[in-house]
Amino acid sequence: MSESIETILTLKDMETHFPIKKGVFKRTTGYVKAVDGVSLEVYRGETLALVGESGCGKTTLGKSILQLVKPTSGKIIYNDKTTERDLCRLSQKEMMEVNQKLQIVFQDPQSSLNPAFTIFGSLQDSLKAHGIKSKSERRKIIGDLLEAVNMRREQMDLYPHEFSGGQRQRIGIARALSIEPDLIVCDEAVSALDVSIQAQVLKLLKDIKEERNLTYIFITHDLSVVEYISDRVAVMYLGKIVELAEVEDLYASTMHPYTKALLSAIPVADLDRRKKRILLEGDVPSPVNPPSGCPFHPRCSQCQDICKTVVPELKRFETNGNEHYSACHFAEEQLSQ
Amino acid sequence: MKDTEKKKTRLEKKFDKILIREDTGLIKNKKGSRAFRKLMSNRLAVAGIIIVSVILLASIFAPLICRYDPLKLDLRNKLQKPSMEHLIGTDQLGRDIFARIVYGGRVSILVGLGSALASAVVGVAIGAYTGYKGGLLDKIMLRLSELVMAFPQIILVLLLVTIMGQGLRNLIIIFTLTGWGGIYRMTRAQMLSLREEEYVQALRAFGLNNFSIAYKHMLPNAVGPIVVNITLSTAMFILYEAALSFLGLGVPLNIATWGNIVNIAQDLRYLQFFWWLWVPGAIVISLFVLGINFIGDGLRDSADPMQQG
Amino acid sequence: MKDDVIISVKDLKTFFYTNNRCNKAVNGVSFDIKKGKTLCVVGESGCGKSVTASSIMQLLPKLSRIENGKITYHSNEGDIRIDQLKKNGAEMRAIRGSDISMIFQDPMTALNPVYSIGFQISENIQYHTRLKKSERKDQSIKLLKEMGIPLPEQRINEYPHQYSGGMRQRAMIAMAMACNPKVLIADEPTTALDVTIQAQIFELMDELKEKHDTAIMLITHDMGVVTELADDVVVMYMGNIVENGTVDDVLRKPSHPYTKALLESIPVLGRGKNQVIEPIKGSTPDPYNRPKGCQFAPRCPYADSSCLVMPDESSINNTHSVRCWHPMEAV
Repeated sequence: MSESIETILTLKDMETHFPIKKGVFKRTTGYVKAVDGVSLEVYRGETLALVGESGCGKTTLGKSILQLVKPTSGKIIYNDKTTERDLCRLSQKEMMEVNQKLQIVFQDPQSSLNPAFTIFGSLQDSLKAHGIKSKSERRKIIGDLLEAVNMRREQMDLYPHEFSGGQRQRIGIARALSIEPDLIVCDEAVSALDVSIQAQVLKLLKDIKEERNLTYIFITHDLSVVEYISDRVAVMYLGKIVELAEVEDLYASTMHPYTKALLSAIPVADLDRRKKRILLEGDVPSPVNPPSGCPFHPRCSQCQDICKTVVPELKRFETNGNEHYSACHFAEEQLSQ
Repeated sequence: MKDTEKKKTRLEKKFDKILIREDTGLIKNKKGSRAFRKLMSNRLAVAGIIIVSVILLASIFAPLICRYDPLKLDLRNKLQKPSMEHLIGTDQLGRDIFARIVYGGRVSILVGLGSALASAVVGVAIGAYTGYKGGLLDKIMLRLSELVMAFPQIILVLLLVTIMGQGLRNLIIIFTLTGWGGIYRMTRAQMLSLREEEYVQALRAFGLNNFSIAYKHMLPNAVGPIVVNITLSTAMFILYEAALSFLGLGVPLNIATWGNIVNIAQDLRYLQFFWWLWVPGAIVISLFVLGINFIGDGLRDSADPMQQG
Repeated sequence: MKDDVIISVKDLKTFFYTNNRCNKAVNGVSFDIKKGKTLCVVGESGCGKSVTASSIMQLLPKLSRIENGKITYHSNEGDIRIDQLKKNGAEMRAIRGSDISMIFQDPMTALNPVYSIGFQISENIQYHTRLKKSERKDQSIKLLKEMGIPLPEQRINEYPHQYSGGMRQRAMIAMAMACNPKVLIADEPTTALDVTIQAQIFELMDELKEKHDTAIMLITHDMGVVTELADDVVVMYMGNIVENGTVDDVLRKPSHPYTKALLESIPVLGRGKNQVIEPIKGSTPDPYNRPKGCQFAPRCPYADSSCLVMPDESSINNTHSVRCWHPMEAV
C-alpha cells in the first residue's frame, strides 16, 4: 500500500431501507433493511472488496454510493483531494460533477450495453455531457479507451450483439473509464463470465488500476477472486459489515465465525486441499425481519446467550500489525481456534 | 397418428437439407436484419403486405386508374349492374362505384393511419417519459388513461362527434383523443422493464438528464412493439371510421369513403336487390383490415426473439 | 469392472437446427457413468455439456435431434438403448424420473408454484409405483427429512414460494430421488445458490451417493466444484470431449492444453495475492463458424499444422484419455 494513507470515501452510519407497501392505501408495513448502518473508510489507491451472499446488501451499498439508489440516512463523504463533500446532500448539478470521478461497472454483460446503438453511439453521450464538444475528439478518446481494454479501435462502430460476453464487459470497463474517474465500483464485474474470460477481465482490471492510479470497490460473492484482486475485504451479512481486514489477515486469522464458514464453503480447485466443509445450518434470514442481537446468531455454532440479545459492535483489533475489525462478541476467541 | 408421422419426416427432411448445406459451407452468416428475413418467410404476412400495397397503390394513383369522377352524378345511369362500362356498376345517384371505392380508400386510409400515428405520437411521448421518470406525473397520466379507456370507446366517439361536429379533421382528433390510452400503456410498460437494464443505470451514473435517457437511449429499444401497435390500431381506426360512417356520423356523406359506401346498406331495398352497391365496399374493408392484421402479427412474431423458425 | 457402468454414451452427436442453420452442439462424445461415482462434466457456456445431459434424458427441444451414436442404459433387466426410444413414448417416460432423474439449475422456476411441494413429490411417486395415497405421503415426508428439511410434516403442505432457494433445490432433489433412481443428472444445481447453501447441497449429494449407490452426473463450469465432488472428470470444449479421466488424472496431470489453460486461468483460494493467473487468449469461436480440425487450435499455444485435422482420442493410461495431437506428457 501507499506510504501516506489518504481517505477517498468515508461512509458514516449509512442506511438504505426500502419500504414494503401493502394494501389498498399502500401503507408502509415494514422496511427491507438492505444496508443497515455501515461505516467504512476507503483509502485512495486501494481495492476494497465487499463480499457476502445474495441479499446481504453489498450491491445496494455500491449503488447507494453512486446515488443510483438514494440512501435513507447517513453520510457519504467524498474527498477529491481539495474538498470534502457529502454525496447525499448534493444537488443534481453538483452530483454530475462528482460523477466524473465515481463510476460503476455492472455485472451483466448482456444488459449493460444499449442494443440500439453502436459502441461509439452509447459511449459518446457521456463524453458530450461532460463537455467534450467535437466529434473527432470523442472518436479519438473512445478509440483510445478501446485500445486500453485490449480491443481494436475500429470496433467502436459495431453493435453490442456483435461482441462476446467478455468483450462486452471490457467495453463496460472502457465506458467507466471514459471520463477518467478516481473510483470505480465493480458490481460483480466478472461473475457472469466464463472462467477463461474471467481471467482476462481480472487481469485487465488489475493492470488498469496500476496504470491510472484508481481505487476500486469490488463487489463480489467469490472469495477466490477477492484474494487475487483486493487489498482489504469487508464481509457483509444482512446489511452490516461483520469483518473488515487486510486480505491476508482475513484468510489467515479470521475473526468472525461467518467468514470462517464462508471460506470453508468455497470449493477450491486444488486437490491437495480438499477439506472438510463447515456446514451452516439454515438460510440467510430475511432482511425485513432480522434476528435480534447478532444477525448471525441463529446459524452460528458458537452462539451464546449474549449473542441473542446484544448487537455486537464492529470493534477494532490488530492482527500482524494491521487493523482488523470484527463484529463478534468472541472475536478474539476465533483467533485461537 | 399418421399425420404426426408425416410431419415428423418433413421436419427431418428439412434438418437433412440444412445439414448438407452447412457441411458444404454454403450457408454463410446472412447479412441484413434477421427480423426482416423472418417477416418475409411468414406466408400470411407476405400475403398481407401484397393485399395492403395493392389497395394502397390503387388509392394513391386513383386518378390514373379511374375513368370516372367519384363525385359526378349521372342520374340517367343510376343503379347500373356491373358491366364493362362501369366495372362494379353505379349507385343510386349514378356514381361509378369502382371510382368511389378507389377514391374512398384515400380518405379511409388517411383517417386510419393518421389517427393511429397521431395517437402513437401522443401515447409514446407521454408513456416514454412518465414510464421512465415515475412519480406523481406518472400516476396522474395512468389514472387519466384509465378514465378514457374505462368508457366504451364507441360511445365516447359518438358523444364527441355530436359535440365537435362531423368532418375529416375532427374525426382524426376524436380518434386520437380516445385512442392514445392503449399505446401509452404499452409504451409505459416497455419503459418500466427497460428502466431496470444496466445500461440505463450506467447513463444515470454519468449524470445524463432524464429527457435524453428516456427519448434518445431507451425509446429506440421499444420501437418494435410500438410499430406493431400502430399497424394494428390503423386497422381498428379504419373499422371505426366505417362504423361511424355507416351510422351517418363519420365523414360527411358527400365525400367518398369506404364507410360511406357501405352506408347505403341501411336501406333494406338496396340491401336486398342491389348487392353491388355495398358488397364490394365491404369486401375491400375486410380485405384491407385483414391484410394489416396479418402484417401486424407477422411483425410481432419477427420482433419476438423467443420465436425461432 | 464393466459391471459398474450404468450408462454408456458412444459417439453421441446432437445437432440443433434453428434459424435455418445447423449448430453441431455435441459432436461425437463418448463416456461412461459408473455406479456410485460422480462424473463431472466441465466446460464453459456453449460447450455442449447441458445438451449432452438433455440427450440422455431425451429432453431435447423440438428443433434438434440426436444425429448419431448410442446411449445405452444398463438396467437390471438388460440393456436399453435410450437413443432408440420414442421421445415421449411410454418406455422413455418410465425411465425418466424412476431410473434416471434430473435436477436443474434454477430451483425458482423448476417447481410449479400452484401445487404444494408434497403434491409434486407424491405425484412423481404415483407415476412410477403402486403405492397408496397415505404411503405416498409418508414416503414424501421421509424424503424431505432425508434432504434435511426441518419439520417435514408441516412443510410438505407448503408451496414453493414459502421455501427459500436452498430449500427449493432440496425439494427438487427430493423429487428427483423419490423413486430411488440409479442415475441423478444435475445440471449446474448450485449455480443460482449462495456458497454456504451450495456447501449444504454438495454434502447432501455426497451422502446420497454413498447411501444409495447412485451414479451422479454433475454438470458444472466451476473447477472448484470438480475438485470437491468428482470421481471422474470429462472436460468439454465446443462439442467435443477434450480430456477424460479420473479426477487425479485430469487435475494433477492435465494433458490437454485447454484443461491446462483452464486450470491456470482461475484464481485459487489460499494461493495469496501474488498468484499468477494466465488468461486463455481470444474467445470461444462462433458455433456457426467453427475452426477446422481441433476446435481449440486457434487459442492453443502448442498448435501447428497437424491441428487442422481433428485428433482422435488417445489414451495415456487405462483411465485417462485425451483428444490432442500434442498431449503434454510432462506436467
